[in-house]
Amino acid sequence: MTAYLIRNVSVVGGTPTDLLIRDGVVAETGVGLAAPDATVLDATGLVALPGLVDLHTHLREPGREDAETVESGSRAAALGGYTAVCAMANTSPVADTAGVVEQVWRLGREAGLVDVQPIGAVTVGLAGERLAELGAMADSAARVRIFSDDGHCVADPKLMRRALEYVKAFDGVIAQHAEEPRLTEGAQMHEGEVSTRLGLTGWPAVAEEAIIARDVLLAEHVGSRLHICHVSTAGSVEVLRHAKARGVKVTAEVTPHHLLLTDEKATTYDPVYKVNPPLRTAADVAALRAALAEGVIDIVATDHAPHAVEDKECEWAYARPGMLGLETALSIALDVLGPQWDLIAERMSRVPARIAGLDSHGLDPAPGVPANLILVDSAARRVVEPAELASRSRNTPYARMTLPGRIVATFLRGEPTVLDGKAVK
Amino acid sequence: MIRHLLSGADLDAATATRILDTAAEMATVAGREVKKLPALRGRTVVNLFYEDSTRTRISFEAAAKRLSADVINFSAKGSSVAKGESLKDTALTLQAMGADAVVVRHPASGAPHRLANWVDGSVVNAGDGTHEHPTQALLDAYTMRSRLGRLDGLHVAIVGDVLHSRVARSNVLLLSTLGAKVTLVGPPTLIPVDISPALAPGTDVSYDLDTVLPGVDVVMMLRVQRERMNDSYFPSAREYARRYGLDGPRMRRLPEHAIVMHPGPMNRGMEITPEVADSPRSTIVEQVANGVSVRMAVLYLLLGGNNR
Repeated sequence: MTAYLIRNVSVVGGTPTDLLIRDGVVAETGVGLAAPDATVLDATGLVALPGLVDLHTHLREPGREDAETVESGSRAAALGGYTAVCAMANTSPVADTAGVVEQVWRLGREAGLVDVQPIGAVTVGLAGERLAELGAMADSAARVRIFSDDGHCVADPKLMRRALEYVKAFDGVIAQHAEEPRLTEGAQMHEGEVSTRLGLTGWPAVAEEAIIARDVLLAEHVGSRLHICHVSTAGSVEVLRHAKARGVKVTAEVTPHHLLLTDEKATTYDPVYKVNPPLRTAADVAALRAALAEGVIDIVATDHAPHAVEDKECEWAYARPGMLGLETALSIALDVLGPQWDLIAERMSRVPARIAGLDSHGLDPAPGVPANLILVDSAARRVVEPAELASRSRNTPYARMTLPGRIVATFLRGEPTVLDGKAVK
Repeated sequence: MIRHLLSGADLDAATATRILDTAAEMATVAGREVKKLPALRGRTVVNLFYEDSTRTRISFEAAAKRLSADVINFSAKGSSVAKGESLKDTALTLQAMGADAVVVRHPASGAPHRLANWVDGSVVNAGDGTHEHPTQALLDAYTMRSRLGRLDGLHVAIVGDVLHSRVARSNVLLLSTLGAKVTLVGPPTLIPVDISPALAPGTDVSYDLDTVLPGVDVVMMLRVQRERMNDSYFPSAREYARRYGLDGPRMRRLPEHAIVMHPGPMNRGMEITPEVADSPRSTIVEQVANGVSVRMAVLYLLLGGNNR
């Protein structure tokens, strides 16, 4: 195993130091380290962060390998600075059995670019009718701890209550896609001025807020952990603030696109901007940014959702919802938060690792810690070119935008997955 | 001149007025024994219809033929991403055939915008989903101007299912541009959110038809599908008709000069009674005739027929 001596790097924004990586861990830190056998990387001007952890990734395998595979998604993740991703359950077949989650977990190990932690479905086939074998998935080799029907809301309140209760036995958490289905039938975009002008069926903010309100009360009642996927409205922030003040064990994520883009993008009718939950208003974006800085929203999660060209190059109403996110997330965070490295490490690595129970991730580089870390050049700027992305799909909403920051290197357990901004394999 | 006509918002007052003036000239052709002009000879107009709409299609077809264009009718009903050819592939096919203009009717809002990215010719929106139907708004404006002599300062009530109406959206945009005031009337469930800032500031909303009628010059009734009651937009067809339907007694609350319009097809007994539809105030048949003239003007101007 090659040792790496990273010279003159700022660890989470601190004063520059050297990092010696050996045998999968950070062996030593300090100024002027010597290691004759190590490969030296000059990291002057770069920042070292704990490897990013994504709680919300769609890898599409099994089922839609034309849009993404575990391997291509893992490569995109590594290039985006991730060392662990949680793979959503809405594959085909659905990840609702120990067999499927183990398959995804094994494919992740084989790709070896990030740790792929499968998420299990809450209900059989995501149908929202009866619980999947949550315990079997928890006990499997994949050790599933997060369960989600993402893409669908666990809308039945009794079923949601049971799921929240049941996973307490193995310290699981239910990640809810908060969308009251009756209020969003046929919904195409945020309900508001722009949807009225465009004649597209509205997705009202209240459809998200009502489910979050119900579920924080359920979680409080049964004393369970609850995680809210892709929070998108100012009203949801207020519900979460209230719940957290009451001591409810709820965490929440926001996507990069909800921190940056608004529903005005829909005026192009280009479905690359179609996503669920939809892009909201500038007021919602402002509230989400404030909530992320404050901690009412705990983490940034990408909701990386690759789609084949034919599923986006069509009429808005017929297009599938979702956007790529892994390769641009840190840049968006830098754009939105600025170089607040401790905050970025907290929201994109430490806290998501804690929620997911990934003990070897989300740890700042320090002696003895698993060397899951990244080197970031915050001064670099780059133009997003869809054709250059490692994802198999091209549905990035940031095409030809200039974004700050570049991932120079990613280390997974001491082995580089990205060096000089390029994937190692 | 603009290249595409996708939305009422594409038209400024000067362009809209030019279309209406040109339509008035085109109308004289309809009175001739030989109803034909050579203006678009050798040009190809494709009617691409993803929805059944015989009246709109034959109106565009008659308009193009009276201008001597070659007309291809492409009925693609039932096509979608799931089954059959994609909109993009259809667009590329039409492009390869040398379509100078594509008139498109589509159940998905924004489909004409997408199409306009993929063809070199002009795209005319002949109704897209619940978005817009700009030539309907032009023919309505033409009809109002013909009957009442002006558009500036008119007060127009648009009554009914505004939420699902592409006619209403295009009319609000165009009438506001041309100086008319619009009041939208219907049950709150069928008035979309933020309609005034979304389309035209100054647009009013009322839930009470009876108080609006005495102050308007034009009342435009929208088609209301009975099935909407199954989705709880209103309790029953009977209650809808009682509160928002235009019947004889209500019509008599209108000022003497006011006209009654309907884009068709009508639901007699639902939003309008036969007594009103067949009264001298009704412009419904005129609207159909004016539709051909207005669509002739649109095709003529979009295809640059004026500078050939």
